[in-house]
Amino acid sequence: MSTPTATTSRAVPEAHRIDGLLAPSGPPRRAGALAASATFGWRAMLKIKHEPKQLTDVIAIPVLITVVFTYIFGGAISGSPGHYLKILLPGTLSMSIALVTMYGGARLAQDVTTGVFDRFRSLSIWRGAFVLGGLLSDVGRYLFASTIVVVLGLIMGYRPDGGAPGVLAAVALVAAFGLSLSWLWAAVALLVRDPAVVISIANVALMPLSFASDVFVQARTMPGWLQSFVKVNPISHVADAARDLMNNTGGAGGPVAWSLIATAAITLVFAPLTLHLYSKQA
Amino acid sequence: MAGEGLAIEARGLVKVYGQTRALDGIDLTVRRGQVFGFLGPNGAGKTTTIRILATLARPDGGTARVLGCDVVSEADAIRARVAVTGQFASLDEDLTGYENLIVFGRLRGLSRAASKKRVNELLAAFDLAGSASRPVGTYSGGMRRRLDIGASLIVTPDLLFLDEPTTGMDPRSRGQVWELVRQIAAAGTTVLLTTQYLEEADQLAGQITVIDHGRVVAEGTSAQLKARAGSGTLRVRLHDGEQRSRARAVLAGALEGPVQLGADPLTLSVLLAAPADPADTGRLVGHAMTRLWQARVAVAEVTLGQPSLHEAFLALTGHPASPAATDHEDTNS
Repeated sequence: MSTPTATTSRAVPEAHRIDGLLAPSGPPRRAGALAASATFGWRAMLKIKHEPKQLTDVIAIPVLITVVFTYIFGGAISGSPGHYLKILLPGTLSMSIALVTMYGGARLAQDVTTGVFDRFRSLSIWRGAFVLGGLLSDVGRYLFASTIVVVLGLIMGYRPDGGAPGVLAAVALVAAFGLSLSWLWAAVALLVRDPAVVISIANVALMPLSFASDVFVQARTMPGWLQSFVKVNPISHVADAARDLMNNTGGAGGPVAWSLIATAAITLVFAPLTLHLYSKQA
Repeated sequence: MAGEGLAIEARGLVKVYGQTRALDGIDLTVRRGQVFGFLGPNGAGKTTTIRILATLARPDGGTARVLGCDVVSEADAIRARVAVTGQFASLDEDLTGYENLIVFGRLRGLSRAASKKRVNELLAAFDLAGSASRPVGTYSGGMRRRLDIGASLIVTPDLLFLDEPTTGMDPRSRGQVWELVRQIAAAGTTVLLTTQYLEEADQLAGQITVIDHGRVVAEGTSAQLKARAGSGTLRVRLHDGEQRSRARAVLAGALEGPVQLGADPLTLSVLLAAPADPADTGRLVGHAMTRLWQARVAVAEVTLGQPSLHEAFLALTGHPASPAATDHEDTNS
């Protein structure tokens, strides 16, 4: 027998005895799709717990955008920051979440270049679990960032006429929209596999979408060609919808419907694309 | 069915990355229950082969069956029964050792309670219980490797891929990993082990395949490979290092077979081609000694012995098994 197994003579003094743990494990089990996704979500949360600086973006972006724009533009546009907050705060909520979405893509791009990613791919689990688990934790981050915006707004004097239900509905809508963008950046991340490139592409796309919207100013103050862009810009619709919900102005009107349609459309295109890119790697 | 008793059966595997043929028609036959050594220098195609067999990459040509299942059409059935320990520690650096293993326990389909129990047993057996709550980023190379192997044993696999498990390790950690591999194989798991170290293959593997530039250059047991490499090695030690180049020229003229310069500036060795009549070996060596004397080369020591696997590799591939090869292996793009 040529297999050199029973070799006590070569044993290393501090060898580890693992033979008691190597009994055949029986027929293979399979983690369910949900359990596997939840495990990846838990993993992402653990990473935040161990590296709290991963929260820098979800803290810095909402704080900067809300505080800076309120005090810079507030007086100029509406006479006083307090009055401006009614228009602005739902807008900064939408814009903050939209900007935060790109960091999830960057983390995915980072993750897929590491050795542990290959190990996950070598397991018999539902292919989408890895991406979906990451996105679940992203939703947690969006809710965290939303809380910051709302609390800051309350401190600065914003009083939502929609009350708590209105604010919660707006946050839910914005988070759902954020999740649709997450699928988009996840697809980009799997294509370029480089965090810095994901951030660059996302910035190039998100900056004009954020500013050429009615987040800060109303579209009617802009030139005609820009108005037509603002009107199709999904961030405009989401900001309008958040305003309607938080200020209880439009009920479940057009902007809410348009936001939900945009969210669904982006998700329906990019979720399948992301899952396809994920499973066809290598 | 042909593949019944085999852990791995690959025919004509080809993988092309851009202009490079990383694999150029690899055939492999691995019986169940053995340690199979896959030996070759950097860039030979070892990692690419593992990636295909572990269903992480698709072959561009050829077929492979692992545990009786096709690597392309039945990938998921293979994934449930194999474990891969990659060349670079495949763990989350910022998670603790415990958390890393729990993640794999859950992903292998163990319940929360079963994961916890199994992970604690593994951590204890691998002598990692004391470091279980520290981030893996703070582990030493040996600890990391043990955790890495532990992650592959959460559920005992039928087949374990170990990609260069001891590259860059100190001798003590290497010995520990070897002992683990022996125990895993003794318990019935087939192990496919890649290595650049001839000694490692020699120590662990019952069957060895040598690959180079994406092709199989030799296969057999360690003893067979050494025998194939020639009848023996003549090692000469000189009094004066200045004379080594003259000695090299003389030996190259006197004997058939490549002359290799040793790391020690006083030594050189010649792989002797197997003569038709084994009794001729003595005559050839005597002839070489006479020629050295005629060339006034002062010899301090002469030995004739079995070639080391290192020398065998040189004879089989035409170049030494140096890890300094420039062509980079298996960028998984």
